[in-house]
Order: sequence, then structure tokens, then C-alpha cells
Amino acid sequence: MDGGAAAYIDTVGLTKKYGDFTAVDRLNLQVKEGEIFGLLGPNGAGKTTTILMMLGLTEPTSGKVRVAGFDSTRQPLDVKRIVGYLPDNVGFYEDLTARENLRYTASLNFLRMKQADKRIDELLEKVGLAHAADQKAGSFSRGMRQRLGVADVMVKSPRLVVLDEPTLGIDPDGVRHVLELISSMSREEGITVLLSSHLLHQVQQVCDRVGIFVKGRLMAVGPIQTLGQQIMDGKPTTIEVQAEPLTDQLVADVQKTDGVVSVQRSGGMLLISCQTDLRKQIAEKVIQSGATLHYFRVQGFGLEDIYMKYFREE
Amino acid sequence: MFGLLPVFRKELADHLSGRRFMILFALICVAGLSATYVAAQSIRGDVSGDRESGFVFLKLFTASSGVLPPFVSFISFLGPLIGLALGFDSINSEQARGTLSRVLSQPIYRDSIINGKFLAGMVTIGLMLLSIGLLLGGLGLRMIGVPPTLEEVLRLISFLGLSVVYVAFWMSLSVLFSILFRQTATSALAGMAIWIFAIFFLPMLAGIATDSLVPMEQDAPAAIQLQHEEMRQMLSRVSPSTLYQEATIAMLTPHIRTLGPILLEQTRGMLPNPLSWTQSLLVAWPHVVGLIALTLICFAISYISFMRQEIRA
Repeated sequence: MDGGAAAYIDTVGLTKKYGDFTAVDRLNLQVKEGEIFGLLGPNGAGKTTTILMMLGLTEPTSGKVRVAGFDSTRQPLDVKRIVGYLPDNVGFYEDLTARENLRYTASLNFLRMKQADKRIDELLEKVGLAHAADQKAGSFSRGMRQRLGVADVMVKSPRLVVLDEPTLGIDPDGVRHVLELISSMSREEGITVLLSSHLLHQVQQVCDRVGIFVKGRLMAVGPIQTLGQQIMDGKPTTIEVQAEPLTDQLVADVQKTDGVVSVQRSGGMLLISCQTDLRKQIAEKVIQSGATLHYFRVQGFGLEDIYMKYFREE
Repeated sequence: MFGLLPVFRKELADHLSGRRFMILFALICVAGLSATYVAAQSIRGDVSGDRESGFVFLKLFTASSGVLPPFVSFISFLGPLIGLALGFDSINSEQARGTLSRVLSQPIYRDSIINGKFLAGMVTIGLMLLSIGLLLGGLGLRMIGVPPTLEEVLRLISFLGLSVVYVAFWMSLSVLFSILFRQTATSALAGMAIWIFAIFFLPMLAGIATDSLVPMEQDAPAAIQLQHEEMRQMLSRVSPSTLYQEATIAMLTPHIRTLGPILLEQTRGMLPNPLSWTQSLLVAWPHVVGLIALTLICFAISYISFMRQEIRA
């Protein structure tokens, strides 16, 4: 595994059992300093449990987790000092204003109030809530709460930010805003980010690497671009092609290519099953026939397909 | 005690600025002012005849005209309400709103949260009772025009201290329920059930249970009657309200020498003079210890279960 001793988050055989149910099963995960790591998995896969163990909020049944060299179980305070955690469904004290909520967080981190106030103003500005700074948090919409959550996490100037389902339940515009915030802060301040989600497209947009997490086990880890190839390489794939004009001659030509198993027409789309990755050959065939290529996609190389594959397998 | 101070400060601010506090304070003000007013009226009426017994100032809090119960009874009845209202949602509402996991991910010890909440609750109760005590004292002073002696001041302070412990017990009980039950409504109801039980049913049940444990004929010998009465008292003292009532009576009525039954023979040769403050405190001491112990037990159970609780968002 890449990282090794330099890993910022390092779990070794991390296991958590609730009675007979194993929530996290012998997890070995390394996250490097400064990267944005996406923890992908369906609900109930053990993502939140893993995060809670990293923060020392839950004790592992066995195994170890180290964050920045601190043992999360034994030195939770040292870990919490440098980690900002945004729980899913983050809540604020509704009868306090946005600013007061952040000030409370600052006081729990023993920040000097003068500096904290300055930082809070900056952060509220950054997340686009400066206009609502003195409104009660109870009046905030879900998207605003989430952005306030991002600001809240940043108050303590963390080295690592852990976000549990940061985009859950907010509209696409809000999602974009939150993700932009996360990645820009990570780049600007060199913060390591661990992001958990079950919404892969969003993870795809910002993460350097992802880990796919199903039923407490880590199924695959790597950069998204190569993850598909890693898993799907050498396996039968289906290529989707949309071309104009779609002549019978072209269909027959494609059929004759080495490695093509079958060609199906569904609507204006050709579904070509092949034994290996034949994208190059098929694309050439289509162009040679004089048709215009409108759409071309390999099933099974996108994150979604990987994701679906694992979820179905289980 | 890392993180205690910020939690304490926030909780105290929440309590004091909350609507709940205003309502309770208004309620207890109305009850206290009317009770003291009525008491002062009746004291003015017969102050001449009562001159020798002294301690007129204390009567402000204990005397009743029959129209309204004295202030002491109001506290013993409404105190639980204050305590329950201050604590019933202290932990589970934070869990429900999702603020607890956010706060716990800050670099503070987990017990600072529960300690801070308890401390803030205690201070709130203390402030509430002290201010109402001073308010009523001032009113009484204007109305009856007899300043309190040092002895009376000491007794009033002990009474207020006792009341703080009593209300703190109910608060710690309700904090315990707020940890044990996830729903705020459930913990509020559980607290109220215990309150009603302790105030109304326990004394009744104590009577019934005594009748079966120590059966007593109409003309039973004195020994049986004594035993019967002692048993009934023992059982009814399970209720913290009974403990509080008896202790406050001992503290505010200097003439009371014992809280148990007393035989006529034992009073022979007894001087009918009032006890000193320390002696009264001695009479009430077992009750005070009992109340403090109950409060601490509730706090200890809350503390342990909170520390072991799984924090899931």
C-alpha cells in the first residue's frame, strides 16, 4: 500500500463489533497527508463507525487507528485538537446565532476570543453566510446549516477534516458549493480531507483517491481513474455506441471484429459485448464507415459501475 | 476538568436567558409573594399574642392562614417542577439535534459536558431560590416591620441551602432520565411520574403498607401505636419530598425537638424553650444527608451511563 509510515491516517486491523454484528471488519486503510480521500459505501457499510473510531468517540473491538501519529483510542484529545469533524445531520444550537455557535466551538478549543472572532468572520464570509451571521441557527435551511458546519469544522484550524455525508439532503447547487469549499480549503491550507458518502458522482468530483467500503470491508482503494481499470481490466465489457447513420453494414462490420461476442440494437443505440477492451477498434470502424459518432461509453469503467458491481455482489 | 468552563458558561447562559426559566421564576414568584403576603397579614393580626415565642420572621415562610399554604409547602411541591424542567432534555435533546457529536468531537473530556451541565443547573437553582428568598424577606420586612435576628438569618440560609439540594435532586433525576431515554417527551413524563408518585402516592402507600406490616387495633397499647407510627414515617421518608418537608420544618421551627413520634412521658421536665440553630441542624441532619446522597446517586448513575453511552450521530 502506498503511504506506509508517512500515512496521516493509518488503521491496522481495525474491527468493531456490536454483539454478533461486525460493523467494521479488519480495516487497513492509509490516507496520505494533504489528499482528499473519499470513503464510498452504501448506508450501513460502517463508514460512520470507522470515522467515530478515528476520532476516539467509539472504542474499537480490536485493531489500531492512528491519526497524525496519535493513537485515537488512547490520546483522543490530541487527535480531536487537530481534527475537524462534521457529522452527518449536523446540528446547531437553534436559539443561538450562527456566530454564537461558532464562538462556542472556539471556546471549546480554547482559542483566544479576539483571534477567534476574526477567524469566524473570515470563515462566515468564505462559506457565504456573512449576511446571516447574526441570525438564529434554527432559522437556517439545510444547505445553510451544512455550510455553517463547514465553517464550524474550520474554526479550530484543523490539519485533518472528516466529513460524514457532507452533501446529504441538500440541493445540487448547495452540493456544488460545499464541495468547492472543501476542495479549495484543502488545497489552500494543505488540509487532509476524509469524506464519506454514498453519492459517488460527488465524490468523483473532488477526491484524489477513494476507498469502496461494503459491509465493513474495504473492497478497493485507489484513484478513481485507475480504479475502474484495476477492477474491470481483462473482464468482458459492454460498449455503448450511438452513431448517425446507423447502417446494417456498420453493424455487420462491428460484429466481425475480433473479440466481439454480440451486437444488440436497442433504440438508436448499439450495445456491443466484447471479451476485452475494444474501444479503439470499434471507434475506428464507426469512423471508417462514414458515420458520425454521437455517444461512446464503456460500461463497467465508471465509478457507478464499480459501485453497482460491489453492491450487487453482496 | 478540561473544557468544563466553556460548557458551564454556555449552559448557564442558556438557562438564564431561556423562556423556561422565566416561566418557572414567574410561577414561583407569584406563589411565594402571595403566600408571604397572606402569612404577613395573619402575623400582623396576632403578633401581640404571639410575642413570647419569637421568631416572627420565620413565620413568614411557614405560617398559613388556611387560604393559602405557606411558602415552604409551595417549594416542596413546585421544587420538583423546577428541577425537572431544568434537566429533562439536557442530554437527549442534544442528541436529537445532532449537537452532541459535534461538541464531543472538540478537544474536551466527555465528562466536562455532564459536569458543566450539572454545575450550571445547580447555580441556576441557587440563583433562583436565593433571589426569591431575598425578595420575600424584603417584602416581609416591609409588612411586619420586625427585623430578623442572626439566628433567623442562619435558619433561612440553611432553609435555602436545603431547598437547593432538594431541587438539585430532581434536576439530577431528570438529567438521568434524559440520558436513559432518547425522547425528550419520555424523559419528561418519567420525571413527572416520579414526582407525582413521591408527593401524592407514596405517603398514602406508606399508610396502607404500615397497616399490613404493623396491624393496629383501635385501642392498641402504646408500644404498638408507637411502632406503627415509626414504621409509617420510615416508609414515607422514602419520598424525597417528605425528607425535605420534615427537614425544613425542623430548620424553620426552633421549637421542634424531634421529627419522630414522642411520648408524653418523654416531654416531662423538658423546658419549652426553642433549640439553637446548631441543635435544629442536628435534628434535620439525617434528612439533609439523605437528600444529598440521593442527589449524588442520581448524578453518579448519570455520569457512568453518559460516559459509557455510544455516541452515534
